[in-house]
Parts: sequence; structure tokens; C-alpha cells
Amino acid sequence: MIELLEQYGRLLLVGHYPNGPLGGLAMTILTSLLCLAICFPIATLLALARTHGNKTLARFYTGYIYFVRSMPLLMLIFWIYYFLPYVLPFSLSPFVTIVLAITIFSSAYLAEVIRAAIEALPKGQYDAASALGFRYWQTTFLIVLPQALTNCIPGLVSQFILIIKETSLGYIITFNELTYVAHELNKILLVKPVEIFTILAISYFVLCSGLSQLGGQLERRIARGRLSNDSDQ
Amino acid sequence: MTVTNEDPILQIKDVHCKFGNFEALKGINAQLEKNEVVVVCGPSGSGKSTLIRTLNRLESISAGQILFEGRDIYEKGMSVETLRTKIGMVFQSFNLFPHLSARDNVALGLIRVLHRPKKEAEQTASELLASVGLGDELHKKPMELSGGQQQRVSICRAVALEPTVMLFDEPTSALDPEMVGEVLSLMKTLAGRGMTMLCVTHEMGFAKEVADSIWFMADGQMVDRAPVSDFFSGDISDRAKSFLKAIH
Amino acid sequence: MTLDYSAILEDRYFDYLVSGAITTFSLALAAWVAAIILGLLIAAVRNIDFLPTRWFCIVFVDYHRSVPLLVQLFVWYFALPELLPQAFTQSINRGNPEVFFAWVSLTLYSASYMSEDIRSGLRAIPPGQFEAARTIGMNYAKMMRWVIFPQAWRLSLPPLVNQALILFKGTSLASAIGVAELSYQARSIETQTFRAFEAFSLVTLIYMVGTIMIMFFGDRLVARYALKRG
Repeated sequence: MIELLEQYGRLLLVGHYPNGPLGGLAMTILTSLLCLAICFPIATLLALARTHGNKTLARFYTGYIYFVRSMPLLMLIFWIYYFLPYVLPFSLSPFVTIVLAITIFSSAYLAEVIRAAIEALPKGQYDAASALGFRYWQTTFLIVLPQALTNCIPGLVSQFILIIKETSLGYIITFNELTYVAHELNKILLVKPVEIFTILAISYFVLCSGLSQLGGQLERRIARGRLSNDSDQ
Repeated sequence: MTVTNEDPILQIKDVHCKFGNFEALKGINAQLEKNEVVVVCGPSGSGKSTLIRTLNRLESISAGQILFEGRDIYEKGMSVETLRTKIGMVFQSFNLFPHLSARDNVALGLIRVLHRPKKEAEQTASELLASVGLGDELHKKPMELSGGQQQRVSICRAVALEPTVMLFDEPTSALDPEMVGEVLSLMKTLAGRGMTMLCVTHEMGFAKEVADSIWFMADGQMVDRAPVSDFFSGDISDRAKSFLKAIH
Repeated sequence: MTLDYSAILEDRYFDYLVSGAITTFSLALAAWVAAIILGLLIAAVRNIDFLPTRWFCIVFVDYHRSVPLLVQLFVWYFALPELLPQAFTQSINRGNPEVFFAWVSLTLYSASYMSEDIRSGLRAIPPGQFEAARTIGMNYAKMMRWVIFPQAWRLSLPPLVNQALILFKGTSLASAIGVAELSYQARSIETQTFRAFEAFSLVTLIYMVGTIMIMFFGDRLVARYALKRG
């Protein structure tokens, strides 16, 4: 296994970069970060659509959540990658497909997390804001979101882990991320499936398990902060 | 207080109880006679709840001896389950089983522990609940009942097993003020029927009216044990006096 | 582009869809049942006060929650047959190894999540419930059977329903190791007829029917059995 890592470790880490396209683990992480960065503002807006109080917006939100919950991510990838070229003058690259599909999906899940955090805020916060004469957007951006989004940080970490795991579906449309690179390597070498897939699984395990430990610590810290705030009151 | 020649029901001999380095009970001596009603009071953290929880082995003691009907409760061959059916307990937070109706809460012990036939147990439970004024609430779940009603159900759950002694751990502390009366009057009825009772409570009115003796505890020690008349006429320690002053 | 469902609803492709749907639904159901049993078992073993078994459970659960399901499928399908005794591999290969390994992967994956759901259901039961059961004279077995378990499964129900949903959708990944389930058939029909919209919309619709059924019955179950506590 050591020998394999010496020879192909670099390929699994960064693909053919810098002499060719980036790939492997680096691609997985960068794509995941990009997806998370795009998801976050969309999810926040979605959550606000739900909590705003407008019925049409709330219905749109519910419809969107149900739509995402009712379909496998793989089918969405099929729609984008295999169907869109029939109706568009161009086709989307595997990279764009994955980012688009994951963003559509994760925005819904993250929106649920943010919505829960907004709804968990004590009603007194809204009363205090209106007592100060704040309008909706002032209340939202100065009072509600700063608190709710801070409480969401552990949820954000969990979402990041989910996204990293979802990027592995890139393999199906030959997107150059870690799972695809490992699978290709297996096809070339043929005789080392045990080593290759063990390395692949361990890589994800270390990355995601580590992140979830971090998320757990953040959660405990935030919970402690909230407790001490409560006892101050 | 009924004077009898029988052995005390409960004898507590030099009982110690430790949680890690903290000594919650520091050598308690006391005894409970048949038909006696005792109110245990004292500041919070004095060990009064711990004391009654050691009596049915919800907490283990680290030294000393507890005799129930003359037998050591830690003695070999003494089944802890049988002991607990003979010592009923009522908790501050009711601890009713939320997945069962009021009737089924009361019937559960009869069916699963005393192995009574289901029909008969349900009949007994229904009659018992009706006798405490809950005949219309038999099929409600605990969450559909008020706090006072829940506590009455939980008293019935304990009484159903026909225990020899009843332990009450601050039974009215979690109740809204207007519901305290209904629970206390049920306890008074029980006492009137000759039930032996040990009640941790701050309800001094109840103590005056119903109790035979008062045990006053502080810092894990039994500071005073006095007949109720002596206790309220002031024949007690200074600590107990200042405690009484503080809660009035 | 004109829509023409008749082209893909002719005998051959219709058969693709039906067999795909049957594979998807039965794979999901078989894995769900096995996962609940295994999940309960893991939750029980995890609570035993013996370090080796506890650590095994922790790592087992952590592995299945941290590694993408697709990679778990690859490990089972490509790597493990090399390590298993040959006689065993051969007997699997005589049947349908793709479906077998997909079932194993989905079961282990789901069981890991479910065991955590069951454990948090157990933890959500207040200590007073255990004490109350003890005070009416119940021993450990009776307490678990009549007081704790009836509450734990009710408390675990909402996440277990959600897990059924995730599992059902997760079967789609089995196509990557060649299981001929719904999304596999969607691609086959599309590549053979070039009718992407018709093929994908039908398959998406079947998935939606499945997920909406799970959500609907799940919600009814939760509404009926959920514990109300103040």
C-alpha cells in the first residue's frame, strides 16, 4: 500500500496538477467549498422566505423542500447532464453539473437548518427590536441573522460533510474528483482493488470524521456560550 | 400517634451516603413506626431527598444499616423488586409513563409486577382513580392532565400495589399553587386510613395538621426529631427555628 | 422537441421500467428491515460497558457515516471479494453479486445512522422514567420492555422515517455497480431511444411516488404514536 501511495499518492491528491488539470482530493475539497459558499446565501434567503410571514413565499419554500426531498440527487444529475443538452445549444461540463446539482440540493437542506435556528430565537428578541423601532430588514440583519447564523455554524459543518460525500457522485459523469480518480486508477492497475479502495475510504473517513469532531466541538462551545448568556439575564 | 408494641417498620441506623467525595448523609439514625406520618423538612441540599431514596434502594448507602420490617434491605435473599412493591414512592416531577393512559399507568405494576389478570387490574385501577376524583380521566394520557391530576394519578400508581409505607419526595413542589390543595387532601385521606407515610415537604400547614412527628435535617445530619406539637411549640434547635422563620 | 411517451412505453422499455421499479422498491425494503434489526443490535452492544465492543461500535458507525455511500459500495463490490474466501465469493457470484453487495452496503450504511437515532431516542428519556419503573418493583428486563422501549421507539420514529427516505433514494447509487434499478434503467432507455425527457420524467415520477408515500405514511405514524411530553 505504501508503494502504491508513493507512486500514485500525488495523483490522488491533486490529479495531474500543475502539468494538467486539477483533480483528486484537492478537487473534491475545492468543489465542496465552492458549493457551500454558493449554498449559504441561497439557503439564508430561502429560510427568510419561510419565516417572513408571506404565504406565497412560504408555499414556494415548502414546495422547494418537498421537491428536493422527493428526488435522488443522482436523478437531478441525470437531468442536468444528460437532458439539458437536448434543449440547450451547449452542454454543461461535469464540474458545472455537479456544482449546480449539489447547490440545488444542499440549499434546501441548509435552509431547513437555518429556518430552525431562526425559529429557535426567543420571541423577546423580536419584541425588543420592534420596541427600538426597527423595521423588518433591520431586525433581520441586525438582530435575527447574526444570532441565528452563529448558532448554525455546527449545522454548516455537517452540511459541508454531506457535500463532500455528495461530490463522489461526480464519478458517474466522469468528473475528476477523488472517487473518479481512484476508480480510474483501479481500472488501469487492475490488480490492486483492495489497496486503492482502502486508501479511498480512509481518505474520506479521515476528512469527514475529523470535520465532524470539529463540528461537535463548535456545537459544545456555542451551547456553553448560550447557557452562560441565559444565566446572565 | 398510634402506640403499638410492634417493631418499627423502618429503622435507619447510622446511615451514610456518598456521591464521589461529597457526603450527602453523615450518619442518620431514625425510625418509622407503623401508621406513623412523618414530615421531613430542611434546607435544600440537606440530604432529605437522598435519605428517602436510600430507603427503597434508589440510592445505595456507603455505611450503616436500614431495616424494613426488621430485615436488612441489603440482606441476601431480599429481592429489591419485592422491597419496592412494599414501599411506594411519589416523585416531585410525577414521572408518569407518557405512553400510557392514566388507568394503564396505575394498572402496569399490578399486571407486570404482581401478575394480576389484566381485566382485574384495570378494574382495580379504574376504581382507585375514580375514588380520587379522576373517574372521567381514565383514558387520558398524562400530558392531557393538569399537574395536580398527574400527581394524583402517580399516588394511585404507588397505592395500587398496596404498599406498607409510602414515601413522598416533595410531591407538591412542582405544582401550580392552586393545585397543591388537591394533592395534600389526598395525602391527608391516605394518612387518615392509617397509611404509614414519610413525606419530604415544605408544606408546614400539612405537617401541623397531619403529621405525627417532624424530622429536621441539615447538612446531611438529622438535627431534630420531634413530635409535631413540640416542634411547633419551639422545643427545637436554633437551626430549625431559623429555618421555620425563613420559610414563613 | 415533441413529447412521445409511446416510444418508451412499448413492451421492451416498459419492462425495463417495471423491473427497475421492482428492484428499487425491494432493495430499499430489504435493506430497511435488515438495517432496523442491525441498528437495534448496534445500539444495544454500544451500551455494554466493555471497551473493545464499544470501540468497535464507535468506529463502525463513524466509518459508515463519514465515507460516501458510493465509496462503500465500491469497497464491497471491488475490494472485499478479493479478501473473502473463494468459496463464499463463488456462491455469491452464482446469484446476483451486484444486488447482494448493494443490499449489504445499504444495510450497514443505514443501520449506522439508525443506531444513532435509537441511541438518542433512549437518551431523550428522562432518568425519572427509569426510577419510576424501578419504584413499582420492575426488574431491568421489565423496565426495558414495558416502560423504556415503548418510549424509545416512539421518540426515534421521526428520524427513522427520515432514514427510510434517505435509504430509498440511496438505492439509486447501486446503479454505479451495475444493479439494474430505476436510475440504471432510466439511462438505458435514454441511450437506446434518445428520449431523455420521457425516460427521466417517468423515473423521477416513480421516485416521487415512493418518497411521497414514505413521507405520508411516516407523518401519519409519527402523528399517531409520537410522545407528547411537557
